[in-house]
Amino acid sequence: MNVLSFEKTKITRRSKEDKIFDIINYVLIAVILILVIYPLYFIIIASISDPNMIHQGKVWFLPKEVTFEGYKRIFNDPKIWIGYKNSIIYTLVGTLVNISCTLTAAYALSRKDLYGKRIIMSFFLFTMFFSGGLIPTYLIVKNLGLLNTMWALILPKAVAVWNLIVAKTYFETTIPNELLESAKIDGCSDAKFFWKIVLPLSKPIVAVMVLFYAVGHWNSYFDALIYLNNEKLYPLQLILRNILIQNEASTQMIGDLDSLAAKQRVSELIKYGVIIVASIPLLIAYPFVQKYFVKGVMIGGIKG
Amino acid sequence: MKVSVKDNTEIVSPVVLRKYTYTKKILQNYQLYLFILPTIIYFIIFHYLPMYGVLIAFKDFVATKGIISSPWVGFKHFERFFDSYQFWRLIKNTLGLSVLQLIVGFPLPILLALMLNQIRSEKYKRFVQTVVYAPHFISVVVLAGMIYVFFSNNGLVNNIIMIFGGEPISFMAKPEWFKPLYVASGVWQETGWAAIIYLAALAGVNPELHEAAVVDGANKWQRILHVDIPAIMPTAVIVLILSVGNIMNVGFEKAYLLQTPLNQPSAEVIPTYVYKMGLQQAQYSFSAAVGLFNAVINLILLIAVNKFAKKISGQGLW
Repeated sequence: MNVLSFEKTKITRRSKEDKIFDIINYVLIAVILILVIYPLYFIIIASISDPNMIHQGKVWFLPKEVTFEGYKRIFNDPKIWIGYKNSIIYTLVGTLVNISCTLTAAYALSRKDLYGKRIIMSFFLFTMFFSGGLIPTYLIVKNLGLLNTMWALILPKAVAVWNLIVAKTYFETTIPNELLESAKIDGCSDAKFFWKIVLPLSKPIVAVMVLFYAVGHWNSYFDALIYLNNEKLYPLQLILRNILIQNEASTQMIGDLDSLAAKQRVSELIKYGVIIVASIPLLIAYPFVQKYFVKGVMIGGIKG
Repeated sequence: MKVSVKDNTEIVSPVVLRKYTYTKKILQNYQLYLFILPTIIYFIIFHYLPMYGVLIAFKDFVATKGIISSPWVGFKHFERFFDSYQFWRLIKNTLGLSVLQLIVGFPLPILLALMLNQIRSEKYKRFVQTVVYAPHFISVVVLAGMIYVFFSNNGLVNNIIMIFGGEPISFMAKPEWFKPLYVASGVWQETGWAAIIYLAALAGVNPELHEAAVVDGANKWQRILHVDIPAIMPTAVIVLILSVGNIMNVGFEKAYLLQTPLNQPSAEVIPTYVYKMGLQQAQYSFSAAVGLFNAVINLILLIAVNKFAKKISGQGLW
């Protein structure tokens, strides 16, 4: 009897502790959710609220005195459109180069019968831990005559070692050796095998690579900052930087306004607006493609 | 192999034979080598040539003369850097920033992963994950832009401060606020993403371990301490090695964007200094020297940490 009741209290005590634990856990997670979502949400409502309302601290949960002036000015600015066009081109071409180099190299390195595999791999891996640095790389790009061309943004970033490892690991673990052997007996060449059999079997990793590389291209500004000085070639992120950080809303955007106060007011609106405009492609795509990103990290994580 | 030696009319030395089979091995797979060739060329041009180009750190580089014929000057540029009044400030800023980032940024993803792992509803868990991963995809320019608008003198944060009766702070003009802003925005952006790798490790924990622990009367908290944390330790060690090995590699892009003329004293880090001296003022040799100094320190740290981790926990990167 005594023993039994002791057991019982133990069980109830345990579940009570776990209940408290769960409550604390859920509350903390809710706080985290708010901390992540609210800044993003605020940008959205601020982009259509009167800036004076924001300054007076009256915008919290809903937009106040809704205005679309910021968006109007953004969409009427040719620079934004040029930036958009450039970013799309760089992302498409850059990702194509990335994918062709990474997947072919990763497949070759995943083959057990590739002689010299380890040496080639360490040749690539070493660059993760040591690099010549900014200036020597810049001089190479300059000497190759790539300055002020889109290739300056694409060729120096042709292959990322990390992605190479991820793709290689994927091929190693998913393409069975028997498949290769039977294809070889049928007289299939390596290139044909890769194109006809490996690639169709590896759609998930192709998706992961495309997404990793494409987001990288879309979001990068620094290479454009150092390698380009022709405004017509600027990607969207560099134009964003000028508006957001340098406070250089272009004259087309606010040139028609007379007073300094009005200019400031509108340029504030424009800032919130461009953040949204620049992030829209990612925001739309993100929920659908998120699982591929996670998959990529997982594959890399197993190896790393 | 033995057979072929016997059958050959000439006597082939083992070395020649081995060479012969190697070329045969390579020729057999020549298409695979063609597959890697572009990538090898890429690494030679854009990674190994710059390593050779770093020689200009020991020369007085003149663009018209090229790397080879520019005159050697030994450690002149390094000495100039060590002697400059900037040196200790840069070291202090760079190390200060990355150590703070490491101390704050390393444990938080582990905590988040442990918390997420305790959510029982799969649906809710997936929703939380979707939300916390999202900031990772925001570009660094947009992130910096958000910091500027939120922390401006009449921005969101100061509005909140004023609600609680505080005095507004001009965050972007105060050197002492640079590091907290840099680190906090990094936490906001990357904690969720960095937790994925730990979640993967937690998903691999054998459920029987938990069941056994429950039978032994362990509550959730105890199971986290004695089952979950040991399970993610190997992953955590690797992540720690990598981040310590990268300690001098401050996220240059964000630091540069968050610099204002007023917060410069604490915001100038080695990479931004290299950029300014090298590309804005065209002191190629000097800033190549500064960059090389940074890269070498990093490499030494990485090797040291790896060795240390191997001794302590028996695992390392290589």
